[in-house]
Amino acid sequence: MAEHQDNHEVDAHTGVSTTGHEWDGIRELNTPLPRWWLGIFYATIVWSVGYWVVYPAWPMITGATQGVIGYASRIEIAKDLALLQQHRATQSSGLAEASLEQIKADPSLFRIAMAQGKAAFGDNCAACHGVGGAGSKGYPNLNDDDWLWGGTLDQIHLTLQHGIRVAGNNDTRLSQMPAFGKDGLLKPAEIRAVANHVREIAGLPTEPKADLASGRELFATNCAACHGDAGKGNLELGAPNLSDAISLYGMDLASLTETITNSRAGVMPAWGPRLDPTTVKALTVYVHSLGGGQ
Amino acid sequence: MATTGNPIRQATTGEIAGIVLAAIAFLGLLLIAAKTDHGAYAFHAMVGMAAALGTVFLIGNRCFKAGTGPAPQEIDGRPNYNMDPVKFGTIASLFWGIAGFTVGLIIALQLAYPALNLDLPWTNFGRLRALHTSAVIFAFGGNVLIATSFYVVQRTSRARLAGDLSPWFVVLGYNLFIVIAGTGYLLGVSQAKEYAEPEWYADLWLTIVWVVYLLVFLMTLAKRKEPHIYVANWFYLAFIVTIAVLHIGNNLAIPVSILSPKSYIVWSGVQDAMFQWWYGHNAVGFFLTAGFLAIMYYFVPKRANRPVYSYRLSIIHFWALIFIYIWAGPHHLHYTALPDWAQTLGMTFSIMLWMPSWGGMINGIMTLSGAWDKLRTDPVLRLMVVSLAFYGMSTFEGPLMSIKAVNSLSHYTDWTIGHVHSGALGWVAYISFGAIYCLVPWLWNRKELYSLKLVNWHFWISTLGIVLYISAMWVSGILQGLMWRAYTSLGFLEYSFIETVAAMHPFYVIRALGGALFLAGALIMVFNVWMTIRSGEPESAQDRTPLQPSLVPAE
Repeated sequence: MAEHQDNHEVDAHTGVSTTGHEWDGIRELNTPLPRWWLGIFYATIVWSVGYWVVYPAWPMITGATQGVIGYASRIEIAKDLALLQQHRATQSSGLAEASLEQIKADPSLFRIAMAQGKAAFGDNCAACHGVGGAGSKGYPNLNDDDWLWGGTLDQIHLTLQHGIRVAGNNDTRLSQMPAFGKDGLLKPAEIRAVANHVREIAGLPTEPKADLASGRELFATNCAACHGDAGKGNLELGAPNLSDAISLYGMDLASLTETITNSRAGVMPAWGPRLDPTTVKALTVYVHSLGGGQ
Repeated sequence: MATTGNPIRQATTGEIAGIVLAAIAFLGLLLIAAKTDHGAYAFHAMVGMAAALGTVFLIGNRCFKAGTGPAPQEIDGRPNYNMDPVKFGTIASLFWGIAGFTVGLIIALQLAYPALNLDLPWTNFGRLRALHTSAVIFAFGGNVLIATSFYVVQRTSRARLAGDLSPWFVVLGYNLFIVIAGTGYLLGVSQAKEYAEPEWYADLWLTIVWVVYLLVFLMTLAKRKEPHIYVANWFYLAFIVTIAVLHIGNNLAIPVSILSPKSYIVWSGVQDAMFQWWYGHNAVGFFLTAGFLAIMYYFVPKRANRPVYSYRLSIIHFWALIFIYIWAGPHHLHYTALPDWAQTLGMTFSIMLWMPSWGGMINGIMTLSGAWDKLRTDPVLRLMVVSLAFYGMSTFEGPLMSIKAVNSLSHYTDWTIGHVHSGALGWVAYISFGAIYCLVPWLWNRKELYSLKLVNWHFWISTLGIVLYISAMWVSGILQGLMWRAYTSLGFLEYSFIETVAAMHPFYVIRALGGALFLAGALIMVFNVWMTIRSGEPESAQDRTPLQPSLVPAE
């Protein structure tokens, strides 16, 4: 630097000398480091060194330094979870042992089950059934009393526990309507007739030229075994009630034609293996209380 | 035809090599395009073929035109600067900037109104999000960095850019990479690593371009006429070298076949995650911080016409920044499978990074001492000073968010998005805008910009946009974090996830509004630049000081 000494000009505004270099007209002042800047920089270093002493920090040959307080995030999360479980256990003591009917009858147990059920419903069920359980096409509305697999506490519990059409689950809800069109059991004109008959059962207007007589006949031969002669359905077989105009996939002619032609087979996961028994119970009570419980 | 009298000169070795390599590439790509059964990959091969054909044509054309040979290093004892690649990069950055901001606005609106995904694979959020981030960071930011680095290294070394064809190869090759990457996202070609989405063949191409970039930069420095290397060039060099290392480390992948765009990363599990965030965070550190600090170190003192505040601070904060930044990546993986010790190091190095980051802000802002009055009259300088303020704010916020207790609230929320955008919009884009506003009149020999008033409008409209954006994200991010962790007195989660999504809606609308304002400001800039180039008053020869760029035709 000594050879540039003679180039060191003093900046008139700040009174600081430059370094004596110039690049494309740009010079640099030789201002010392701001002391507050240096002070904070050192402080962060000191703090970090202290942190390394206290917490796991530097990798060594066989493992990392563990820190003096024995912190490990796995221990921390286990502690937090244990605390939560303990809190829930004291708050909701009895929920695990009580039967569904007892929970429903006991106001304090019921309050806890509803709180737990709402949280579990929001995280597990709302994605398909909606936050309020109102459902959408292909996902049943849980607020009404039109049940596909039964609306008593035990029936809801069974459905939740084992799911619907879950492969490999022996107790799962299982029903299979034939794909009448796809499998060649009915011709398109016959499907149309049956679809019109189903609308007739539900009290909906039919097509003016509909062949209702043959629709009725075809229904009796092909559908009544599960859905009943009057189309009232059969919970035991998972056959929906067709007479109430409430439908999972739509009662318009196009939707009915699609359903009869290709069949439908919605699924719901079995929650038993996914959630703990108390949560499934709470969910049962919650769903039962949405409006349609029997 | 050869008798017309046009002197056809001997092609240089570089030109011959360029033509031969392009021809080989063309044949290879033809084979791939013919044999692959992957549509998007075949499309990319054809884009590459078009580029190779263009290369052959452009180089060939050059050989047959009088006066287009390698330019002399000096003319009349003054450096004969090579500014055409800089011009190209400047225009490209404006183009990609508008594209990137527009896609950003679209995905902001998609978050507020999901129907705008249009149920099409090409327009869904998952693909457009990568298009947005790559377009703004790599296409807009990358072109700004390449253009300004080529400008600054020449001016501060008093030497013509090294290489004859290679600067053009860097600029055009980089933009070819961007086209491949961007169209790949839209067509569903992605390796799904954040900010490193392009597949193996795009990565390989970028590696070649980047190595040439490094060589051009180094060779220019090597033949400099100044005894010392200016601080801006240290930052550019740190940016170029480190990005090369990060890019290669994070993209070590094995292609399924040369005929398939799909590849598998060699890292797996938590090592892959660690590599990804070592890369991801240092893309912030060395691309978006070091590179743009280099821009600041040239354009702020130049525009303010004041000496840099402290040479000593520039040395200390440079080395501290370089050394400490590279450790900070693990703070992206707090409370994950990453071992605790790595989380500790990530957090503590982030804390120690606070002052080294601020060193650049202090050096930039204090350079204005003695020139504060210019902020009233010069909106370009104001853009750059406000960019330093945003830089200071987000480099304080970053260490804060790296603290594990804070991170447990902020992580995975919109707070992170707000933090990123206070850095990206406030710092990176503003310092770039400032540099572009300076560069355009210099490059095209204009006295001044077409309208400083329009710069003022740009400044205020986009500042309002940024404020709306980041304040909306602060509120929604903290709200989101609090809702996720809220428990009822009975010990159950208070809100389902979908309820927290619904609560974000108003903030997403405000964010989109902020983005629209930012885009509007950028469009004003494009108009201003266009008018400056098209109709600005040319600078007379007498006005031109030796410090102004020389645009003497190379003959």
